[in-house]
Amino acid sequence: MIATTDTNRLSDVEIALRMRGISKKFGPVQALSDVSFTVRRGTVHALVGENGAGKSTLMKILAGVYQPDNGSIEINGKQKVLSKPTEALSAGISMIYQELDLAEHLTVAENVFLGMELSGRLPFIMDQKEMTAQTTKLAQRFNFKIDPTAIVEELPMGDCQIVEILKSLMRNASIIVMDEPTSSLSESEAAILFKLVRTLREKRLSIIYISHRLEEIVGLADDVSVLRDGRMVHSGSMANLDIPKIVHYMVGRELKDFFPARNINIGETRVKVRNLSSKNGVEDISFDIRKGEIVGMAGLIGAGRTQVARALFGIDRKTSGVIELDGCRLEINSPNDAIGDHIAFLTEDRKRTGLCLELPCSWNVTLPNLVAIGMKNIIKPGRERLIVTNVAKRISIKWLGPQAPVDSLSGGNQQKILIARWLLAESKFMIFDEPTRGIDVGAKKEVYSLLNELAEEGKAILFISSELPELFGIADRILVMRRGRLVGNVNPKKTTQEEVMHLAAVEAAQ
Amino acid sequence: MNKLVRQLLPFGSLILIICILSALKPDTFLTTDNFLNVLRRSSVNGIIAVGMTAVIISAGIDLSVGSMMALSGMVGAWVMIVIGGTNPQGAALVIGTFVGIVTGLACGSLNGLFITKLKLPPFIVTLGTMSTFRGISYVMNAGKPYNIPHYKYLNEGVVLGIPISVLIFAVIIVLAGLLLKYSRLGRYTYAIGSNREAAFHAGVNVDSYLIRIYALTGLVVGIAAMITTSRAVSAQPTAGVTLELDIIAAVVIGGASLSGGRGTIIGTLIGTLLISFLRNGCTLLDISTNVQLIVIGAIIIVAVAVDQLARSKAAAGQTE
Repeated sequence: MIATTDTNRLSDVEIALRMRGISKKFGPVQALSDVSFTVRRGTVHALVGENGAGKSTLMKILAGVYQPDNGSIEINGKQKVLSKPTEALSAGISMIYQELDLAEHLTVAENVFLGMELSGRLPFIMDQKEMTAQTTKLAQRFNFKIDPTAIVEELPMGDCQIVEILKSLMRNASIIVMDEPTSSLSESEAAILFKLVRTLREKRLSIIYISHRLEEIVGLADDVSVLRDGRMVHSGSMANLDIPKIVHYMVGRELKDFFPARNINIGETRVKVRNLSSKNGVEDISFDIRKGEIVGMAGLIGAGRTQVARALFGIDRKTSGVIELDGCRLEINSPNDAIGDHIAFLTEDRKRTGLCLELPCSWNVTLPNLVAIGMKNIIKPGRERLIVTNVAKRISIKWLGPQAPVDSLSGGNQQKILIARWLLAESKFMIFDEPTRGIDVGAKKEVYSLLNELAEEGKAILFISSELPELFGIADRILVMRRGRLVGNVNPKKTTQEEVMHLAAVEAAQ
Repeated sequence: MNKLVRQLLPFGSLILIICILSALKPDTFLTTDNFLNVLRRSSVNGIIAVGMTAVIISAGIDLSVGSMMALSGMVGAWVMIVIGGTNPQGAALVIGTFVGIVTGLACGSLNGLFITKLKLPPFIVTLGTMSTFRGISYVMNAGKPYNIPHYKYLNEGVVLGIPISVLIFAVIIVLAGLLLKYSRLGRYTYAIGSNREAAFHAGVNVDSYLIRIYALTGLVVGIAAMITTSRAVSAQPTAGVTLELDIIAAVVIGGASLSGGRGTIIGTLIGTLLISFLRNGCTLLDISTNVQLIVIGAIIIVAVAVDQLARSKAAAGQTE
């Protein structure tokens, strides 16, 4: 480990939280290995890392949602076992998630006291007056400007954050975890939030601040910890660091010969997208993909990569833009249209938007292909199983047979069922959204080989991924997105992961 | 193994009930007449349950089937009287039958349209139409039934010794079974019920297929309505009150899941027969209809509990 843990030398009085040797495994995936994380009292501690680096697993362990396989947690000098969320809460840990957790129809004060309402003189009747008074007092102590009797629904996003913070404070939180707190805020609201965070710090609270926006971390955090592939690769003071260094820690992996070689044979333009915009936050995207080309798409969570795919596939309504395939302009208004035009879309969330889990594997594979395999009017189950078994052989799916329900398969094999679906569809333009998410290393390698194979067959491939190493290992070109816009179109051979991360994470200078 | 046990369970229970009743009342229960009688009584519920099975597999529900049945019967009978006078015969009856069935189809389509185009939950839409359809049935003839004394064929007609209504029931069972298993409509019904989002992302035109499912349910309700009308030789605005509960019970006992994606026509057939034989047996044993309600309620809960137990055991076996 490279960790420069200068916080280790601090006396216990200064330490709000000390997590030691935390490990956590999900099935075959080692989400965290031997992670130590120390937060000083009265500081803002930034926790950064690529998507899937283990940040949220670590925080869920701290919140008592997950139990670590190994390791210990000390809060304010006392050893704690946090076996459920309420225990973390009473130990002084408070989580503020990206999606705020407020009861929208209640007032600010009612939200602050939610679950611990003060009762009045009559049983079952809340003491509204006292709750309002205490909320006002608490808000004044921290200089928060908010009306305790306002209905939360009517508050702007920034004020909702205040309510969440007040909620934490009312529960005597000493450590507040904020997960991407600025992602839904405007710039002026974000500025107010930073002020709030600094106030909390002055009052000797500790804030663990998770954000992808490195520029805001540099101005705000006292300390920073960087997770990569479930390991803590750096932890220390912000003073000695700048953005390039942090980015280096975040991505500093070596590309081994993990990525299979491919005969690159790129032909003429197959897919042409011009000025694509959608109601779902995609703004003016244009790009080409040629036959046999794998184009990667990088960007942070919320950059709009999936939204581009959704607009192309007819899920989100386009507000402008032209899509051409092999020179023909396509009119796509639904996934049905897109599939008819030989476009495939492997979605990122295979459980939610991909598979019908309790239905047989064969049904899942043929779902979009019944017309294509000549079963428009009558399904012939025997022939269907044969067709599916043949595709399954090609990508060596491990199953109990085509009739087994998909949920009896492992994650990697479930993913292969979806890949088999689109192989069968004989698509010309294939969009893969995070195809290697949540599958083990061996299965990942198989997915890479398959992408290569498909490209060699002349398909145009758009490969969306949050893991830069795999984009650099597989893609011929990388498109970089930030806040719904295309901000880069780079050749991975002529650039670095740091460069791409910089494009994706840092606002251009105005 | 577990799967087999689960599938055989309703069937086993059905056989068990028949055996017990045969032993208790061999002379009255175990007769062709009684069996035909039970089948005839099952046919109306069974026909509607076939539609409900598709709806439930698609993760929906249709609470309006009872009211829809009353309305279809009322409209059909009204047309018969408009065409054929107070004592309609012949062609008037045929046309009325046709219009009654189409009324069911229209009501079902309306449910489907509301559910998909207004994006409302099926429970809410059909709760609303349940009341509306019933209301229209009452308003049509100021709460009184339409009498059509010659409308007997659907109830009394016999082909090859088998009552017409039972034959219709059998044909619908077979057609629906084939449709669910071998047509895209059937396949998509399962897919929509299992995971609507996934079906949509796989190019299934979810709205259009949901409308078809509810429309076809309306169609079979229309057919059942005309059989009911024929049985009473009158259309009653009170026909089918709380019928939806019996129907849903039969489908659920047959192994369909209210959360969608699971269910079979055979299961529904067994569920329907189970309830019918149980009622028939209770009647033969002089158990009051009030007590029958208690028994059937208990059976629903036991059936679903056992099914879930088997399922969770199977799931636990898979993860180990």
